[in-house]
Parts: sequence; structure tokens; C-alpha cells
Amino acid sequence: MAAVIPDPLDHHHHHAPSGLMRWLTTTNHKDIGTMYLIFSFVMFLSGGVMALTIRAELFQPGLQVVQPEFFNQLTTMHGLVMVFGAIMPAFVGFANWQIPLMIGASDMAFARMNNWSFWLLPPAAILLLGSFFVPGGATAAGWTLYAPLSVQMGMGMDFAIFAIHIMGLSSIMGAINIVVTILNMRAPGMAMMKMPLFCWTWLITAYLLIAVMPVLAGAVTMILTDRHFGTSFFNAAGGGDPVMYQHIFWFFGHPEVYIMILPAFGIVSQIIPAFARKPLFGYASMVYATASIAILSFVVWAHHMFATGMPAVGQLYFMYATMLIAVPTGVKVFNWVATMWRGSLSFEPPMLWATGFIFVFTIGGFTGLICAIAPIDIQIHDTYYVVAHFHYVLVAGSLFALFAGAYYWLPKWTGHMPSDRLGKLHFWCSLVFFNVTFFPMHFLGLAGMPRRIPDYALQFTDFNALATIGAFGFGLSQLIFLAVVVKCARGGKPAAAKPWDGAEGLEWTVPSPAPYHTFEEAPLVK
Amino acid sequence: MSETLERYFVPEPSRFPIFGSVALLLFGAGAALWVNQVKAGPWIFFLGIAILIYMLFGWFGQVVRESQGGKYGTRVDASFRWSMGWFIFSEVMFFAAFFGALFYVRVLTVPALSSGENEALLWQGYSGAWPNAGPRALDTAAVEPFTPMGAWGIPAINTLILLTSGATLTWAHYGLLKDKRGQLKLGLLLTILLGAIFLGFQAYEYVHAYGELNLRLDTGIYGSTFFMLTGFHGLHVTVGAIMLTVMLCRAVAGHFNSQHHFGFEAAAWYWHFVDVVWLILFVVVYWL
Repeated sequence: MAAVIPDPLDHHHHHAPSGLMRWLTTTNHKDIGTMYLIFSFVMFLSGGVMALTIRAELFQPGLQVVQPEFFNQLTTMHGLVMVFGAIMPAFVGFANWQIPLMIGASDMAFARMNNWSFWLLPPAAILLLGSFFVPGGATAAGWTLYAPLSVQMGMGMDFAIFAIHIMGLSSIMGAINIVVTILNMRAPGMAMMKMPLFCWTWLITAYLLIAVMPVLAGAVTMILTDRHFGTSFFNAAGGGDPVMYQHIFWFFGHPEVYIMILPAFGIVSQIIPAFARKPLFGYASMVYATASIAILSFVVWAHHMFATGMPAVGQLYFMYATMLIAVPTGVKVFNWVATMWRGSLSFEPPMLWATGFIFVFTIGGFTGLICAIAPIDIQIHDTYYVVAHFHYVLVAGSLFALFAGAYYWLPKWTGHMPSDRLGKLHFWCSLVFFNVTFFPMHFLGLAGMPRRIPDYALQFTDFNALATIGAFGFGLSQLIFLAVVVKCARGGKPAAAKPWDGAEGLEWTVPSPAPYHTFEEAPLVK
Repeated sequence: MSETLERYFVPEPSRFPIFGSVALLLFGAGAALWVNQVKAGPWIFFLGIAILIYMLFGWFGQVVRESQGGKYGTRVDASFRWSMGWFIFSEVMFFAAFFGALFYVRVLTVPALSSGENEALLWQGYSGAWPNAGPRALDTAAVEPFTPMGAWGIPAINTLILLTSGATLTWAHYGLLKDKRGQLKLGLLLTILLGAIFLGFQAYEYVHAYGELNLRLDTGIYGSTFFMLTGFHGLHVTVGAIMLTVMLCRAVAGHFNSQHHFGFEAAAWYWHFVDVVWLILFVVVYWL
């Protein structure tokens, strides 16, 4: 692979504004990627503070820290902030930084719209977080915003609805940008089946986003009109149906969980071959598995609703269809392990996170299969078992992969190596505290502790206390990551163009840190 | 990939996106306050709209200038085509949510509410015959009865109008392809006029529904699905007509030639999309 490195003092620089205006007006994918990543980390910390407040309240039975109304607001906002503010924007940040570098494009296809996609997020965050301060506080309907609760909430709900509209707009524009960039801006010779897997997973994720974000917009619009304009979509007295909200929401919501995990699969699929010093095992099957997961994600939504009184035929269909997803996911896990098999493994921080991802994500995948079994789900629905399950896939899945990716590409972004020692410390603290937090929740759920409740029966005390200790440990461990990134941005051991000897791909052909403009002349991929 | 050596156009830093973000912040906050009867709400809302209009004028104006300046090569053109296609797909999915709601209530909810235990214990006498305003309308003392909107009056005429507008738009496109500028402008003008007539009829139909049929947005699930589907469609017709008006102005200003006219095509795609939505709407909302 050969790359032409342009003169860094090229014509674009004569017009570039400086200071705050640079960041407000930028059309550079690297600037925008950086802003996405910083924004998502800020949201991650604020969602984390909400989580720790929840865990502090649950340390003991009884009410100590917050009132039940505020507790419900916290669980709702923790979910919304983490899903829409932290995980999704972080993956878009990775996409912005890496996709043009990986396919040899000069920038994203629509650089101005790319800026708008990012700058819509802070207004949405202001509306969402600001809703804590309106009369009645933030919405407390749960992040799924189920009717009729969401129809009865106060003003905070309206702020959340408009925040979701704006975030949806941002996601759709971002997704269209990614699809077009990948389809139209690949360097000569970069055939689709030669593309790095991260680009493949993002291409498929972007299709999911374009397909389901408008459906969410429709769902919350119906809530808005039910609340204020007298419609009866979710009101049985008017001929509507609150369960219909759940169907529409989960038609969005299930593809949404794959939106949050497929790019993670992509990141892990980049890292494991690099540190096993072997090509990815089963590249084509990885692509097909990703596409299969995406297609299946549209036909399994009602497994979130087994307890709503669905007909048995419906339960059977959604149960079997859901279990089918384990097949392509199993293909992926198999391929990652097969890539490591007889490889020259080394465990620098990116690889530690990627390997940790496989372990803990697979546990989350297995508990997902258990939840998929309709008769068992009737027992564990809305218990802490479900909370444990989706934190195993969202924290240990998406978040661990994000950290893996951050350690992997920080040398390219900053030009310095992240601290190996702190990176490993961050990993081991996170892994241990993560399991201390969430593993006991399986037992709590099986024993019948309901989720979204600020108080609980005495027999749940020990595991809750343990989970709270783990949560605070996990939260504090993330400050190590902040320290790593700040140190790495300020200086440190200079990174070579290709700091990981087993890494493959166009992004390692440009210097570290990557120049402001890369691949203005497309490289030739052989 | 013969054109890959061509440099892809990357725009200069732009102030428009941040204007758009401020506009939508004011729009969202204003709307949320307005629906909760806070006095400042509509002011903030309309300030947001005003900034949004400024932003759209500025941004699209710049895109038009860049296009006229020849900055967009064949690859940028391809990007525009992909993106407009996927944008329309996202709009399809938005309408799918509302059509899905209509199908769900008609196939599942209303039959369930009007049969078995629901009917026997909760809402005796609720037949569920479509269209209806839900079980609470059984209490005719509290809920005045309504008359459903017929399909074969204005809606049928509107169907013909929109189908004709699709034909006139294609005729305009042929004019553009054959460099017959008069045909282009006349076709566009006819299309916009037909769109305006459609919207006029639609507005008349709404007045008629509210005034004489007692059919309102709060007329149970029938009113909800009827007005939300036709309302969002009408909004999209309005947007499409604005797009076509811009294209007419550009055609008058001498923009577009038989090779480069993606702006026109994008507006035409969008117009055909609202056309198809209307056909589905006519069948499942008005007719069946």
C-alpha cells in the first residue's frame, strides 16, 4: 500500500479560522471526530454520576439519598444519556476519525453536514439535561418512554421528546454521510471485500440508523400529540393501544442495540488480528454475519415484550427468531478466537480490552439467550437479571470495545503512545469492578428483585451493597482513562507511523499524529 | 472507477451549521415551553424558525453557488445521488411508523377492544366497525358523533391532481434533457400550481371536517390517524413545492443543463415520493 502524503501547508490552511471558531465552523473529519469523542466522554461521565447516585441509593434498603421521584428521573436519564449521548456519539467519533483514513478518502463525503451532525448534539444534550430543572423535573418514564407513563409526565417529557428529535436528525445525517463516504470515496483498488471490517460494520450500522431513527421520531411524535393535541394513539378509550407504543418503540429499539454493538465488533475485528499478528480469520463470514445480525434485528423486536400478553404463537416466533441471532454472533466470536489461535499474541492495552471484550460480551450474549426463552423471560422480565444482561453487552460490549479502539488509535490521533502501565491498570480495574457491579445483579434478578425501584426487600441487601461498591470502583477507574488521554494528548513517547507491528491498513501509512489533511490524492490499494 | 483521480471537493469551514444548531435548540425549547403554556414559548419557537430559514437560505445558496462555480465533479454528484436516495428512505420509514400505527389499531387493537371480555366487561356495545372514535364515543352524551371523510370527493380529485403533477414534472425533466427551456419552466410551473391546488383542497377538506363532519384530531383513533397521516403528507407536499419553486427560480436564472441538474432531480425524486405516499394514503386512509 502506498500513500501520498500532501504538503501540510497546503491551500486549505490560509482560510482556517482559529480558536473557538475553528471548532464551531470546522469541516475537517478529524476535528469533528475529536469533538464527538470529547462530547461522548463528557456525557459518559454525567451519565455515570447518575448511575452512581442510583447505586448509592441502592447501597442499603430504605430511602437514604434521593426521593423515589428523583430516583426514577435518574434511571430514565441515565439510560437516555448513555445510549444517545455517550455510546452512539462515541462510535460516530471513531467513524469520523477512522473511516476516511481507512478507505483512503480525503474527508467525509459531506464535510459541512458532518459539522452539523456533531453540533446538533450539544443542543440536544442541553434540552435533555436541562429538563432536570424545569417544573416537575426530568421525565421519569424509563428510557423506553413507555405510554401511558410518558403521556402523563410533566414538562420534562416534552424536552426529552424534542431532544430525541434533534439527536435523531443528527444520527440520520451522520449515517447518510458514512454510507455515502464508504460507497463513493474509497481509494482506487479498495474493493468492498477488501475494506477493513470496521468500515463494513459501520456501513451496516448506518443502514440500521437510517431505517430506525425515523421510526423513533414517529413514536415520540405520537406521544407528543397524545400529550398535548388530543390524539388517541396510546389510549384505549379512544381506540388506541399503549402496547402499540412498545411495538413501535422496539421496532426502533432492537436494531438500536445492534447499532451500539456492530461498530464494537468492527473495532475488535481490527485489533485482534493486529496483536495476534495474523490476518482476521474468516473475513467474508464476518461481513455476512454482520449483515445477518442487522437483517435479523428487524424481526425480533417483541422479545422485549413477552410479558405484555402476546399470543403464544407470537411468543414462539419471537423466541426462535431471537435465538437465531446467536448463530451469526457465534460465528463472530469463533472467528475472533480462531484469529488468536496459534498467533503471536501480545497483550498491550488495546488487546487486553479486546480480549476482555470477548469474555464479558459473550457472558452478556449467553444471558441474552436465556432472556430470549419466553417462559423464562416471564420470570425475569423487568428484574435485575435484565439489567445485568444489557450492561454486560453495553458496558462490557460497546464500552470495552470503545476503550480498546481508543488505546489502539490514540497514537495515530495524538502522535504519542498512551501509557502502557496506566492502560493496563485501567483495564484490570474496570474488568474486576465491572464484574463486581453487574455479576451479582444476575442473582438479584433471579431472586426476583425488580428494576427501577429505589427500595428493596432485606434479603437483597448483600448483593446490592456489593454492586454499589463495584460501581464506585468502576466509576473511579474511568478517571484513569481520563488521565491516560490527557497525558497522551500533552506528550509522551512519540508514536511511529505504525506503532503496533502487526497492524494493517491505510491509517498506518500516514504519519502519527495524522496530518490535518490526509489522502488528498487518493492512495493506490493493491 | 475511472474518475478517481479527480479531487473530491471539501468545503471551507462554514458558519451555517452552528446557526442551524442554535435554531433547532430554540425551536425545540420553544416548542416544549409552548405546549406547556409558557408565554415565552412561541417567541423562542419562532425565533428558532427565523434563524433556521436564514440558515437554509445561506447554506443552500452557497451550495448553489458552488455548483454553478463548477466545484462539484462527477463523484460529488454521485454522493448527492446516494444521499438523497437514503434521505428519502428515512422519510419512508417515518411514514411507516404512522402507517404501522394505523394497521396495528385496525387489525389488532380495535377488534380486540370490541370482542370477548373487553366488550363484555368494559365497553358493552362497542362494535369496532371502522371508522370509529374508540369505545369512549359510545357515550354519545359526552362525545358528539362524527361523519367519516369520504374517498370519492375531494380525495379522489386530489389523487388525480397529484398524479398529473407527476406527469408534468416528468415532462419538465424531458424538456431539460432536450434543452427545451420553455418546456422545463412551464412544466415546473404547472407542477407547482397543481401542488398548490392540492394543498388548497386539502385545507378546504380540513375546514369541512372540523366544521361540518365534526371530525377532529381528537376524534379518537380515526381522527388521530387521519389527521396525522394526511397532515404529515401535506407538510411534505409543502416542502416539495418549496423545493420545486426554488428549482423554477434557478431554471429562470439559467441554471441547469442537460448534463448537470441534480438539484432538479432531487426535487423531482422527492415529489414522486410524496406522490407515492399519497397513493397509499388514499387507499388505506380514505378508501378502505
